[in-house]
Amino acid sequence: MNAVVNLPKQKLPLSSIPGADDITRVVLANGIVVLARENPNSQAVTLRGYLLAGSLFDPDEKLGLADFVASALMRGTAKREFQAIYDSLESIGASFGLSGGTHTAGFGGRSLAEDLPLLLELLNESLRRPTFPKTQVEKLRAQLLTGLALRAQDTRDMASLIFDVLVYRDHPYARAEEGHTQTVGAITVDDLVNFHKKIYGPNGMVLAVVGGIEAEKAVAEVRTTLEDWQNLEQPTVPQLPEWKPLESRVSKRHPIPGKSQSDLIIGTVGPARSAPDYMAANLGNNILGHFGLMGRVGDVVREQAGLAYYAYSNLGGGSGPGPWAVAAGVNPANEEKATDLIFKELARFTDELVTEEEISDSKSNFIGSMPLSLETNGGVAEALLNVERHKLGLDYYRRFPDEIRAITREQIRDAAAHYLPNEKMAVSIAGPNRAEA
Amino acid sequence: MDVLQTTLSNGLKVLLKEIHTTPIISHWLWVKVGSRDETPGITGVSHWVEHMQFKGTPNFPAGKLDKDISRDGGYWNAMTYIDWTAYFETMPANKIDLALRLEADRMVNTYFKPEEVASERTVIISERQGNENSPMFLLDEDVQTAAFHSHPYRHEVIGTMADLQSMTRDDLYNHYKKFYTPNNAVLAIAGDFDSNALLARIQELYEGIPGDSVPPRVAKDEPEPSEERRVVTKGPGETIFVKAAYRSLRATDPDFFALSVADSLLAGPSSLNIFSGGISNKTSRLYQRLVENELAVSVSGGLQATIDPYLYDLTITVHPEKKAKDVIGPLDEEIARLQDSPPKPAELARAVKQAQALFAYGSESITNQAFWLGFAEIFDTYNWFLTYLERLEAVTPEQVQQAAQKYLRSERRVLGIYQPDGRPVAEEE
Repeated sequence: MNAVVNLPKQKLPLSSIPGADDITRVVLANGIVVLARENPNSQAVTLRGYLLAGSLFDPDEKLGLADFVASALMRGTAKREFQAIYDSLESIGASFGLSGGTHTAGFGGRSLAEDLPLLLELLNESLRRPTFPKTQVEKLRAQLLTGLALRAQDTRDMASLIFDVLVYRDHPYARAEEGHTQTVGAITVDDLVNFHKKIYGPNGMVLAVVGGIEAEKAVAEVRTTLEDWQNLEQPTVPQLPEWKPLESRVSKRHPIPGKSQSDLIIGTVGPARSAPDYMAANLGNNILGHFGLMGRVGDVVREQAGLAYYAYSNLGGGSGPGPWAVAAGVNPANEEKATDLIFKELARFTDELVTEEEISDSKSNFIGSMPLSLETNGGVAEALLNVERHKLGLDYYRRFPDEIRAITREQIRDAAAHYLPNEKMAVSIAGPNRAEA
Repeated sequence: MDVLQTTLSNGLKVLLKEIHTTPIISHWLWVKVGSRDETPGITGVSHWVEHMQFKGTPNFPAGKLDKDISRDGGYWNAMTYIDWTAYFETMPANKIDLALRLEADRMVNTYFKPEEVASERTVIISERQGNENSPMFLLDEDVQTAAFHSHPYRHEVIGTMADLQSMTRDDLYNHYKKFYTPNNAVLAIAGDFDSNALLARIQELYEGIPGDSVPPRVAKDEPEPSEERRVVTKGPGETIFVKAAYRSLRATDPDFFALSVADSLLAGPSSLNIFSGGISNKTSRLYQRLVENELAVSVSGGLQATIDPYLYDLTITVHPEKKAKDVIGPLDEEIARLQDSPPKPAELARAVKQAQALFAYGSESITNQAFWLGFAEIFDTYNWFLTYLERLEAVTPEQVQQAAQKYLRSERRVLGIYQPDGRPVAEEE
């Protein structure tokens, strides 16, 4: 045996879990919240954040506008053309981009630590001085329309799209933020310019910098670049109407000719992240459709019945009432069988207490896996944004184990019974024509 | 070099890399078996064996092993590819013994119960049907089949539907027994541990498992391709895809790095990090030519490090108002441009800088570092990874030109087109 042992010790951060003592949080004069945390072991830096410029502002006939604007911001600025923007990024191995969401438009990128000023400058130019050149807008439109054509052929995407329509009906969450062929086709350059001029502004903007740069220095660089941005026209985000629960079970099957497998989604609406029972629902969801090989649902649908390659449950839990649903990919001949099995599992979940062993297992899983999600700069940046978006407090990740330990079996059952009434759920399926199955 | 490398008496190669930045350990067991070790009739057997490895042993019955890992806060998965099968667990550092015991155990003790084989058959068929929903899978499968006469690289890792329906429990078990031996495996671990203590524990767990003779390989040399082949895959949808797949080269071939640079210039740098993405390719030659000129909406390139010469592919999503032929001509012109004149030194410097940045991103993740520790051992040694950047830096413009002349000739390629078959497209909701 020839062992070669040479063990240099790396420099250690204060703690692997971020907290109030190692997160720098500064509010700039124009309202931008800057969060920064140094990772002395990294040569790279991650920049991520969001602004209040999501699809909630989109008119129905131009749905997809917010997403189109976010994607078009880097197609040309007053300072640089498209080519020069990407030349500056790609020549140093950096990446940066913006994309649309429902409540917010997000941005993110990374570079070697010394190149942070370039990322900030590109963010600054894109947010404040985009030019929306006509030729670039048309190239982008072709890409977006191709994306929509591919979505129409994707059973998983279509099942999800239909699920949202069934569950949310006249609530804004029923709308697909990327829009539809017709609405994206109707968007003009003037629409992009006007949306940007009116909606984009520093109020409510949050930005996180994590990596091989001192936090104070990172904040100073953000301040120099962005603190003088103002938009006096910037509106407040439209209030979400209340979501009205379904009154009975609803279902829809969407045929996509020529496909081999069906995707199905069964569920309804769960708690927002800010709801007091969110954490109980989240821990319960782990038992229902995550823990081990996808929890109870995975065990019954995949492991025991062999009906699906994937079967799991998901709890949205964002700024508003996101979905709580089970998803599975099944042979078209097994759609009904899988649906029945999933409904049985959902009924068991709402009617009976989870076992002591199940809750104890899932608590250990949550507490043990949390540090793993904070391994990379990107993971920490997401955590900081999460804390800010949902006002969880800078010590959230250090309090997290105690919060999890305090959850009871009864709280899980109550949350399940409240949010997942078996007879008031939506079933959405996309798959081949019945005749093909 | 801060890596402990050793080989146990039964032939198990062990690589340990201490990283003390965070209390995490990532544990990878690599088995040198993949679809290249399969014969017609049992295509997909390596991948199915990987699935069976989650079905339990006497010590870790099904339903226990996954719960044990999850309970400890770990995440784990397994992957099967053309050359290898890998199992990983990333765990809080103080829980790593579970991963060590589990992998040592299932290297030899997996049940392969007939009823479990039966239930997994439908799961894998469902996995394949899910793949078939994707136009790119259908095109890839046709291109791969056309690209090789006899080498097992000609079939998809998941296997053909006919073989998935007919393969028996004994086919699976025999494959497992033949390839899952210590001398056909690499154990690679990175993270917060003491190497000597960990090595002692590995010896304790593995040295009771006898090494066998290294299994004979079924993969034979494939003759050099002599003429371009074209395949047209028809299926549902509205979008046309074009895939040009060139017979490439072994990862150990000295030309590998020159072809890597050519790939970077043509289609943007390939990310070396499996758990963290790459960078955009909007300044690459093919993006400029095809997307900026509104012939395509995206283009990407893929060069893989493999044991035998596999495929270097360029995948193009055609613009909704264009046809496949509209992109093929310009694609060929861009390749000819690289063949006709060497790139500028500045273009090479840029490819190197991009690779350096991608390395820095990849090193943030312990899981990623452990991945590289073992992955390079499959087709070469860990040294391949350690010297990657310097060998990339050493590539000259003339070598890139020569690599393009040698490997990107049209007679070395299969040109695949995914052509929507014109059936009515479902109405969008």
